[in-house]
Amino acid sequence: MSVGWVVAIILGIGAVAYFFAAQRARAQADGVNRASATEIPHSLPAYHGWLAFILATIPALLFLLVWSIASGVLLESRVTAEVATHIPDPASASLSSGIVHNVTEVLIRLDLVSPDKLPATYAELRERASAAGMVLADSGEDYMLPLAARTASDGDLYRLIGQGLALIFALAGASFAHSRIKLRLRARNQVERVVLWGLIGASSIAILTTVGIVLSMLGETIHFFSEVNPINFFFGTVWDPRFAAAGSGGSEGQFGLIPLLAGTLYIALVSMLFAVPVGLMAAIYMGEYASRRVRSVVKPLLELLAGIPTIVYGIFAVVTLGPFFRDLSMALTGGNFAFIQSQSVFTAGIVMGVMLIPVVSSLSDDVITAVPGAMRDGSLALGATRSETIRRVILPAALPGIVGALLLTASRAIGETMIVVLAAGVAARLTINPFEAMTTITVKIVNQLTGDLEFNSPQTLVAFALGLTLFVLTLGMNIYALYIVRKYREQYE
Amino acid sequence: MTDAAMTSTAMQSQATASRRDFGLKKRHRDEALFRFYGIAAITIGVAFLAILLFSIVSKGYTAFVQTSITVPVEFSAELIDKDNERATNPRVLVSANYPVLARNAVAKALGVDLADRAAMREIQAFVSDGSRSILREIVTADPNVIGTTRPVTLLAAADLDSANKGQIDLRVAEQNRKVSDQQLRWLEQLKQQGAISTPFNWGLLSFGASSRPETAGLGVALIGSAYMMLIVLVLALPIGVAASIYLEEFAKKNPFTDFIEVNINNLAAVPSIVFGLLGLAVFINFFGMPRSAPLVGGLVLTLMTLPTIIIATRAALRSVPPSIRSAALGIGASRTQMVFDHVLPLATPGILTGTIIGLARALGETAPLLLIGMVAFVANYPSTPLEPATALPVQIFMWTNEAERAFVERTSGAVMVLLVFLALMNILAIVLRRRFERRW
Repeated sequence: MSVGWVVAIILGIGAVAYFFAAQRARAQADGVNRASATEIPHSLPAYHGWLAFILATIPALLFLLVWSIASGVLLESRVTAEVATHIPDPASASLSSGIVHNVTEVLIRLDLVSPDKLPATYAELRERASAAGMVLADSGEDYMLPLAARTASDGDLYRLIGQGLALIFALAGASFAHSRIKLRLRARNQVERVVLWGLIGASSIAILTTVGIVLSMLGETIHFFSEVNPINFFFGTVWDPRFAAAGSGGSEGQFGLIPLLAGTLYIALVSMLFAVPVGLMAAIYMGEYASRRVRSVVKPLLELLAGIPTIVYGIFAVVTLGPFFRDLSMALTGGNFAFIQSQSVFTAGIVMGVMLIPVVSSLSDDVITAVPGAMRDGSLALGATRSETIRRVILPAALPGIVGALLLTASRAIGETMIVVLAAGVAARLTINPFEAMTTITVKIVNQLTGDLEFNSPQTLVAFALGLTLFVLTLGMNIYALYIVRKYREQYE
Repeated sequence: MTDAAMTSTAMQSQATASRRDFGLKKRHRDEALFRFYGIAAITIGVAFLAILLFSIVSKGYTAFVQTSITVPVEFSAELIDKDNERATNPRVLVSANYPVLARNAVAKALGVDLADRAAMREIQAFVSDGSRSILREIVTADPNVIGTTRPVTLLAAADLDSANKGQIDLRVAEQNRKVSDQQLRWLEQLKQQGAISTPFNWGLLSFGASSRPETAGLGVALIGSAYMMLIVLVLALPIGVAASIYLEEFAKKNPFTDFIEVNINNLAAVPSIVFGLLGLAVFINFFGMPRSAPLVGGLVLTLMTLPTIIIATRAALRSVPPSIRSAALGIGASRTQMVFDHVLPLATPGILTGTIIGLARALGETAPLLLIGMVAFVANYPSTPLEPATALPVQIFMWTNEAERAFVERTSGAVMVLLVFLALMNILAIVLRRRFERRW
């Protein structure tokens, strides 16, 4: 029986339990003469039903989960132990365990588990597998066949036992809940406690995600640093990962972070130089000058820019803006030298800047409107013009908040991927000419991880080291920015 | 004396004037300039929006029509089933050389001698190789057509399609052009016969991946994106709402809740590509889920969308006035009953709006999907979320790497499809907000 069916049956048992429990509770409650009774029902019948549902399903499902994990671990350890008697070397033993694992899968797929159907030799099985479109490693040996067959049949047995026990648990839970129903049973409180735990569990997913991000990237990064010296990574100025075939000598490759970091920061800088004045002035104009009608048209238009996916900006850069800048520079120099390459820091920066305009303007809009009206009115009453009020009073007062907003924007710029993948180029070099191509951390993460790669080479692991660098960089900026913004808000509240 | 007095009065009045205007002219000039900067900033923003949309639409709208050639095709028994063995060996019908049928049909319509090899080669480039499956389907559906002649509408090859749409630069020398002068003359001839038509390009929305532009479409990508959106909706909405309810209605202020809050705020600002790395390391490597599967993509996007939904839901819950809570508690509801029976229903429009906006962001997200192997050449529709598929933005990204002219047009066309979906979702969100949001 497949897992899906067992889960469905358990849920079905739960539903039936709900129905009967609610009915029983209702019957008990109906039997009470409310005028004279000393006891009145505590919970509504539906709560008795839910309690029965919970008792029938949750223990059974949890048991199923634990059982399947535990039986998997047990089978795995038996395979490892058996393989170890044939192959003493632990590294090749783990490889052989992997082969046994695949053999088990093939046996199950081809329905060859029972002893009378089991192929005599590994070579024979391999042939039959490849006829069915499955690939087995060529270094397998004959002793693996009975082992795999035993693993498969034991796995089947364990699964069957586990499913049977889970169903028994479900029935037991249902009947236990049913037998417990009394007038004064605090069914509602018990259900609510379970609900509360569910809510807490849902909120912990945010923590789990962060932990997952940190642990997974940390693990792979440590793995990477065991093969490449961290000093060469953090201070190397040459990026040349060399996608060499595994095993060929001298395929070390150089993983220097500096050119990528420089490109990332340079592009972010260009985009901020474009987005900050534009976004800030747009926010100021809309907040201080624009009439209600203008605002109601312009604000959603600028917010549209924020809703456009970054891949669209990337295509805009590649198809329209990049060629335009190239042709423009060609025309400026008289038609023979395009000093702006179509993939360049400049193009990527401008396009990213366009994407950041609404981010800057909405964040600084929040900050500016948080400045108390009394300060603005006071300044205007003293005879300052509006622009003087904004420049001399409001902006200085809002400065910490604006700095926080800019930090948040900069962290967006640093983590942006699709625009730079398409518009910035892949050449990792150090240059100060903004019209040449540079590359960024995110581009290299995508480059190293797309396509078919073996997983344990430094060429792929470096992506996790880059990712961790990016994560730490943006996390630091975000935490600091949120701290500044929060402090700033408290100041005026 | 008089002179001096006059001068001094004049000087005095001048001095007074200058003391009174406080450089007013300059200040007003600054004011106007400042105002102008503001208008300029807004103009720049709106202008870029307009240029962006215009450049996409002007390049992409032609992708929605596809040049087709309708010619009488002779289903010659000699070419399809020479030895007349289709009754015993139906594979003949599948493996027959159908492109030759299409080529011959076009040649006949143009009055070209079938023996003229050079001309036939140029005609071969007229009809898409995708005509193979069109003709095969006609024959396998009804083998009786063999030996008859009937008009069939075939897809034109990508280069001819571009030529028909006027996208081939005729000033380029003939040998550097994808379409020869002879082919252009033939195209004109076919047009006069009324054989050329440009119907709406349904294939753009239904075909899977293909290396030939005219048979490449977004079908697989749309299904993959639909699976992912479904997974995000099914997982992120309940989890997000549950987390928000806990944080907003139950949680007491303690280090644990603070820690959750910090985590949610930070996750909302973590670069999306980091979620891709998480998916690769945890879902694919650790849990052994299949690469390129919409299931993994959906899980990654769920984690990415969760903070957005939580933040929106908390705002919606906060906007329900405390008096509702007090009233519910006052007539004897428990806290849980108060939340689920009174607060949550009132917050639903806000929650749904936030969820739709989160989904729209997830729909346009590309970077994390690249890392979990959604960049795949998938020609067949996935029937479950565990089979390989691509996603709409990833398909767009893959097409940008194709060099052919027809793919440039399709890239922009696909962007238009994506933007239409995003616009629909946002309009739905706005309508929901306008229609159901209550102000207290």
